[in-house]
Amino acid sequence: MLGRSAANLFWMSRYVERAENMARLLEVGYRMSLTERGEDGSSEYLLSMLQAAEAEEAFKEKHDTVDVASVAHFMLFDTDNPSSVKSCLFNARTNAKSVRTEITTDMWESLNSTWLEFSQVQPRHVLGNKLPSFLQSVKQSSNQFRGAVLGTLMRTDGFAFAQTGGFIERADNTARILDVKYYVLLPRASMVGGDVDIQQWTMILRAASAHRAYRHIYHDRYKAWNIADFLIFRKEMPRSLAFCTTSVTAMLGMLDQIYGEPSSCHDEAIKMAQFLTAGGMNKVFDQGLHEYLTGFIAANNQLTNAISESYNFY
Amino acid sequence: MGETKYFDEMLNADGSIREPYRILGDWLDGQPKQALKQLSQDAETIFRRLGITFAVYGSNEATERLIPFDVIPRVIAAQEWRRLEKGIEQRVKALNMFLWDLYHSQDIIRAGRIPEKLIVQNDAFCPQMMGLNPPKGIYSHIIGVDIVRTGPDDFYVLEDNLRTPSGVSYMLEDREAMMHLVPDLFHKLKVAPVENYPENLRRTMESVAPDNCPGNPNLVVLTPGIYNSAYFEHSFLADQMGATLCEGQDLFVDGGKVYMRTTLGPQRVDVIYRRIDDDYIDPLTFKADSMLGVPGLFDAYRAGNVTLINAPGTGIADDKAVYTYVPQIIEFYLGEKPILKNVPTYNCSSDSERAYVLENLEHLVVKEVHGSGGYGMLVGPASTKKQRAEFSEKIQARPDNYIVQPTLALSTCPTFVGKGIAPRHVDLRPFVLVGDKIRITPGGLTRVALKQGSLVVNSSQGGGTKDTWVLED
Repeated sequence: MLGRSAANLFWMSRYVERAENMARLLEVGYRMSLTERGEDGSSEYLLSMLQAAEAEEAFKEKHDTVDVASVAHFMLFDTDNPSSVKSCLFNARTNAKSVRTEITTDMWESLNSTWLEFSQVQPRHVLGNKLPSFLQSVKQSSNQFRGAVLGTLMRTDGFAFAQTGGFIERADNTARILDVKYYVLLPRASMVGGDVDIQQWTMILRAASAHRAYRHIYHDRYKAWNIADFLIFRKEMPRSLAFCTTSVTAMLGMLDQIYGEPSSCHDEAIKMAQFLTAGGMNKVFDQGLHEYLTGFIAANNQLTNAISESYNFY
Repeated sequence: MGETKYFDEMLNADGSIREPYRILGDWLDGQPKQALKQLSQDAETIFRRLGITFAVYGSNEATERLIPFDVIPRVIAAQEWRRLEKGIEQRVKALNMFLWDLYHSQDIIRAGRIPEKLIVQNDAFCPQMMGLNPPKGIYSHIIGVDIVRTGPDDFYVLEDNLRTPSGVSYMLEDREAMMHLVPDLFHKLKVAPVENYPENLRRTMESVAPDNCPGNPNLVVLTPGIYNSAYFEHSFLADQMGATLCEGQDLFVDGGKVYMRTTLGPQRVDVIYRRIDDDYIDPLTFKADSMLGVPGLFDAYRAGNVTLINAPGTGIADDKAVYTYVPQIIEFYLGEKPILKNVPTYNCSSDSERAYVLENLEHLVVKEVHGSGGYGMLVGPASTKKQRAEFSEKIQARPDNYIVQPTLALSTCPTFVGKGIAPRHVDLRPFVLVGDKIRITPGGLTRVALKQGSLVVNSSQGGGTKDTWVLED
């Protein structure tokens, strides 16, 4: 397969996954902001969300107030924001178009119709009370695309590249969603473990579509420690860092098999997966959750570079 | 009062249905009022969803458009098709022989049958091709011949497209859509299949692989990229053939051989169906500032290590000025009378013919010799006084730069136009593949001028397409 095609497949999936996760991040920020009583409609929670998405600076260049309408517009529709849902969907479609011969009709139709529908949406029609259901529809279209990949794409190298991109992006985003909690300040330190704290953690769980699954694993109330454990280490949880890195390793293993030779980036992925399975929550809280997540995001980026190099992406 | 001067593909002059259209005509009569409208809408949904679009240059807001599709097919009887097929085969054979001759001994010029300056001073002539032997001696492997009809037995070739004829994906997708929309009609009529075109293209490409090609030839389609107006077609063909769709940046030349950059390193390429114009395929030989092509590609070609489809320099054979000589070309190389007619063309360099042309512009069609896509042309009957004055000046300034033909009474075909069925002018582009043998797909792309009275069928000028049904005996 052409190195450029592999890169396009990798990034196509990443952008679809990112679009979904931008909606998820916005969902956390939005739900948290509903409990705030800020002056002039500005929201600390939404600000935290922008920080976790590394989008605070770009946002502030364009807007003075961090309120729901402007943040939602920025995250969903602003094409100056390279990570807005609209930018992501556009890029995903462009990647897909470049590899029309490597993807299935079902995949193309799913992406193409998502793009056509999204590009026709009038922002003012969805930024009010319709926001939650609109975010839901963004997640749904990502689910549909993933379904098309799983249900129709041949299990050749192209599949492995597409899946790898998706998992790498998801790991990045789960780390960022968790990190929102770092930026959200509690009014007083004594409130750690209190109602507000737990409510914030719950919303993070919800953003990962994991609030019900949590109960089945922990048989317990929502607790910060467990929630972080769930989203970082539990391999049963398909949005956890451990699950994503294990899946990346498996996909790189699949490439080794197809190509009949091991690649150097595979080792790097294995190291990362091992890092995640060793240590556990004690290590995370010793190091500090935020520091741990920041370190993970950097390692994840490095892995992307290693993959690009091994397989001649350009 | 019906128009009588145009040949109607479906109706005889007395209003009865012509035999090839009998079943289709009955079917159309039996359709409830809203049915065709519904079919049209369904068709649009299919095309939109599949993303069968073409890009429009210079239009920001809608950079991708659908080509309008008409749900009423054009029908061609078996014996009509056999004649067309013979005529097309004769033409492409002669034109390939002509190309070989031009790039070798130039017998036809020496015999005084075609003026030398028409060839050697022509931009489409490629001096780098002199003395080069393309694999199997074939220059143009993929050809689209534009044909119009003016009467029951009167077919004219309007243009030969030997460089990069496009539209074949529409032929295939139009059929796909029709089989989806009106399967019952296919039960009633025996329509020749067009679906094996990609398979035939693959076979054609394999059959002209370089002699030194190791093992199974590796085939690629070379596209300028996703912003090209025909990108959909490029990806579609690569997909249907199972070939790799490449851009220039995906290929490189090393030691006189062409390779593509894959996830596993370099892989040899043997046959390239390039959809990039001659001038852009190799910055080392042609346009130096082009980023689309592959540096060194022409040297690899010259060394016989790769086949280019179509060969550089084939454009000389479909040049609008050379077109006027095709009947002589056929006679010179094959010693046969042309089966398909050329449209009579005025020679503006001759004083008397130019005088006639300038007097009668409102009845004539003027085309720029190097224009394409319906640009740079004057359709006399539909032109304004101002436009005619402009062209009159242009022709006098550069008589060689224009060909002038009478307005042909293009046949019409029943077409669904929103309110109902109305006759609209059509042309036909059948597709020919030349390799170990000549393969002509029964059918082709029928283009239809959707505007009432319009004779311009180009998609860039608002034309549409319809499926072409060649009936089997």
